[in-house]
Amino acid sequence: MTITEDRPASNDAAEVGKARTRKEDQRLITGRTKWTDNIVLPGMLHLAMVRSPYAHANITNIDTSEAKTASGVITVVTGEDIKDVQGVNANAWPITPDQVTPTHLPVCIDHVACAGEIVAVVVARTPAEARDAAELVDVDYDVLPAVLDLKEAVNDTVLAHPDLGTNKSAFWKLDSAEQGSGGNVDEAIAKARVDGIVIEREFRQQRLIPAFMEPRSVVVDPTGDQMVVWSATQVPHILRFLIAATMGIPESKVRVIAPDVGGGFGGKLQTTPEEFATIAVSRRLGKPCKYTETRSESLLSGHHGRDQWQKITLAAENDGTVTGLKVDLIANMGAYVAVVGGGVPVLGAWMYNSIYKFPAYQFNCQTVLTNMTWVDAYRGAGRPEATFAIERMMDEFAAVLGRDPLEVREQNWIRHEEFPFTTVAGMTYDSGNYEAATEKAKKLFGYDELRAEQKQRRESGDPVQLGIGVSTFTEMCGLAPSRILGQLNYGAGGWEHASIRMLATGKVEVLTGSSAHGQGHETAWSQIVADRLGVAFEDVEVLHGDTQIAHRGMDTYGSRSLVVGGEAVVRAADKVIAKAKVFAAHLLEASEDDLEFTAGRFQVKGTDKGLAIGEVALAAFAGHNLPDGAEPNIDADATYDPVDFSFPHGTHLCAMEVDTETGATTMRKYACVDDVGTIVNPLIVEGQIHGGLVQGIAQALWEGAEYDENGTLVTGSFVDYTLPTSADTISFISEHTVSPSTTNTLGTKGVGEAGTIASTPAVVNAIVDALRQFGVDDVLMPCTPERVWKAIQAGGAKPGVPAEGEREAAPHFDEGAPNDDRPATPDTTATTQGGAQ
Amino acid sequence: MTRITVTVDGTKYSDEVEPRKLLVSYLREDLGKTGTVIGCDTSNCGACTVHLDGTSVKSCNVLAVQADGHEVTTIEGLAQNGELHPVQTAFHECHALQCGYCTPGMIMQTCDLLKNNPDPSEQEIREGLEGNLCRCTGYHNIVKAVQQAARQGHESGTAAADGSPAETADAEQSVGATA
Repeated sequence: MTITEDRPASNDAAEVGKARTRKEDQRLITGRTKWTDNIVLPGMLHLAMVRSPYAHANITNIDTSEAKTASGVITVVTGEDIKDVQGVNANAWPITPDQVTPTHLPVCIDHVACAGEIVAVVVARTPAEARDAAELVDVDYDVLPAVLDLKEAVNDTVLAHPDLGTNKSAFWKLDSAEQGSGGNVDEAIAKARVDGIVIEREFRQQRLIPAFMEPRSVVVDPTGDQMVVWSATQVPHILRFLIAATMGIPESKVRVIAPDVGGGFGGKLQTTPEEFATIAVSRRLGKPCKYTETRSESLLSGHHGRDQWQKITLAAENDGTVTGLKVDLIANMGAYVAVVGGGVPVLGAWMYNSIYKFPAYQFNCQTVLTNMTWVDAYRGAGRPEATFAIERMMDEFAAVLGRDPLEVREQNWIRHEEFPFTTVAGMTYDSGNYEAATEKAKKLFGYDELRAEQKQRRESGDPVQLGIGVSTFTEMCGLAPSRILGQLNYGAGGWEHASIRMLATGKVEVLTGSSAHGQGHETAWSQIVADRLGVAFEDVEVLHGDTQIAHRGMDTYGSRSLVVGGEAVVRAADKVIAKAKVFAAHLLEASEDDLEFTAGRFQVKGTDKGLAIGEVALAAFAGHNLPDGAEPNIDADATYDPVDFSFPHGTHLCAMEVDTETGATTMRKYACVDDVGTIVNPLIVEGQIHGGLVQGIAQALWEGAEYDENGTLVTGSFVDYTLPTSADTISFISEHTVSPSTTNTLGTKGVGEAGTIASTPAVVNAIVDALRQFGVDDVLMPCTPERVWKAIQAGGAKPGVPAEGEREAAPHFDEGAPNDDRPATPDTTATTQGGAQ
Repeated sequence: MTRITVTVDGTKYSDEVEPRKLLVSYLREDLGKTGTVIGCDTSNCGACTVHLDGTSVKSCNVLAVQADGHEVTTIEGLAQNGELHPVQTAFHECHALQCGYCTPGMIMQTCDLLKNNPDPSEQEIREGLEGNLCRCTGYHNIVKAVQQAARQGHESGTAAADGSPAETADAEQSVGATA
């Protein structure tokens, strides 16, 4: 591409790489924000939802009479009332052709499959009147037995949806021998049982709640010819499509706007029952309606994340070379298969092998329905689960070998000179340097010094022991090449769109289909365009989140915005330059071949004749003197479909102090070196890393959605769902290495999920490292003081004795269950004996 | 309904409110002060933090009627004469916000923290902001911003927190003070 050759050379003036403070901040720090709940329209009505208190029940009667006569109440709407117009909450990724997918109605009609489902909608003049009246709706339920345990659900003893006849939604498999990307894993395991090492572990990925800070809110204006929907969503374009596809409204009559959106982390990539119910009710009444959830409603009815059991078998030779990896997952979908649904655990399929050169690999995933809140993407979506499992396994492997966990990893990871490297799962990693990142991280962390201190504390019997946890992770970002999504039966493509409008006054409008909610697109995209077009950073305006303005888009999730959306911006800018060059040549009376484009100017080589791109924009606007056949317009669009994923990586090191008398853990130090390719804005990247780290650390230490035996979410408020506070956390050491991606122009790789994916195993590995001397080889997450203390007590500080708490945390495989590969010769096989010191 | 008179961001308002109405709802719904936001329903998150007579309160934890006769400062009243408050500037410069939803509360609480302790240690900052949740930043840059604001307060000879126009001597008697 000649345009690429013409772009400004990198220099001190380059915007890309500069730690620009954010354009977004001004309105956010002064309270001039436009959250959905701020929107007030004339005649607007307010909705309150009547929700099921039961996890599983048939609805036998709904009496709305008292509520309807309450003060300020306009009407009360049931599922029956809107059954023909409410649409459905769709699953966009049936992972198998025969996936069992229950119909997910926004407002239930006769059956509720989890607590918190909407059974009626109260419409009133004020939010308070709506909530008051919701208490007056009298619903009769015939309570049914609920299935709440993931492993029990597989047995189909109690059914989440009796009409479906099974809880098993889909089974998905990737086998390296079958797809030709590697050897036979069962053979590798069998061989290792004879003359090598086999390690079997089972890990629990507890259920988490995304807990974005802005509760979800939706405002619908049905007046006028075109319906406008404002929603606190990550996915305005997907929402628009699914409204049209399931509610019978022409797509061209729907405008979706995501104004300022207060965080998402995957939690707002859903199309929600609340959105569809509000649309249906608003259209029924012909009046603008608003629904804003309370935090308790958000925790109960917004989708949750994780919730898997992971059985992992690692086979290796005695010299520490890995030979096979087998993964058996059971993944809880909750009551419904959400928009990505079973695709979330499947996204992990290519990541369990991680950075290691396993010659044989198999991934099996059974998705299961239960009577619990639905589960979908939460920051990382499938990749944190995979990274946790493999990084825990590599530490267990090192413990069995009695070697340093970084040394064992290095023996098995892809060396920097081996890139591009096609893995056993079939992915091609474009670039990376695990040695460099690890070397840098060790220095920043003070690895050798902390190991020395650990040894000293062990020898002196210090009641506070020190553990060091390692996580050398990779992930796949930039979702996703459309052809691959097609092969996986995903319902849409993975491209992204951008438009650039060259205004007559020299200002530049950039329209991006990637809708931000805290990631700083307005700043980063301005930097990219400023460099590309040679215009001032301040002259670039980035517009997004409105389907009428940025009319094409695939939105923001999966660390895709910069890698895919940023590349679309680059390509649109290059098209602008190409168009402008024709104008410039005409106006300068020069040949296009004699023009060079540098720092925003078309210059006739060897002369002082030139035109700034803004001058060309003005000339095109005026249209007085056009090149032959040219339109008076140098605006351009680009839709970019990525050629491949990108694979950021990093080395994360965590030191945890564990009080062996109380079980309390304290983070002493956390250092990470991430390689996310080219960094557009270091300030924003650091922020993404920090926030990601704390979400991952929170899974290890604090967070977990807990249900009681009736299926009631007992962590249903911020009192009980323990989000970390500033007092719980520490300041981090985070730096970078840069191995530019080879699959996009800027060399970017994606950073939105890196911290979350990497940090969880680093923390748990550190705690287990501190406790291994007590015979502990796992602690269930979140690693509360109680669990840590019990693990120590059960271990009794006797080497080689399996700890009681450990058994609870990592049960031996059940007889006859998958992966129950009993050691043929116990002497040569390390299982969950926990004997390595 | 009860009549209350409250000064908010320098303007005196007189309104009839339901006795059960929360201050945050009064600010948002009656006065259009939507810069102050609601993040939870259990007074855990601190997104709604404002100053009542110069002391930070979670405005979801105060009834509107309790603000009768008092002065309230919200995030919208913090900048004076078009000049950002030093804490606002520090949050911007240190990238202490991402989605920005917790930011109004976080800034208001920081002002209160620095007023009471102009030279806080990192631990004191972390404990002082414990009642304000942020899901985006991991708190790392928020702590840096508070440190920067504190340094600037020292350099300029005034506590960075002295931007609140509504501080009074009886601030400690205010209701609903943030723990």
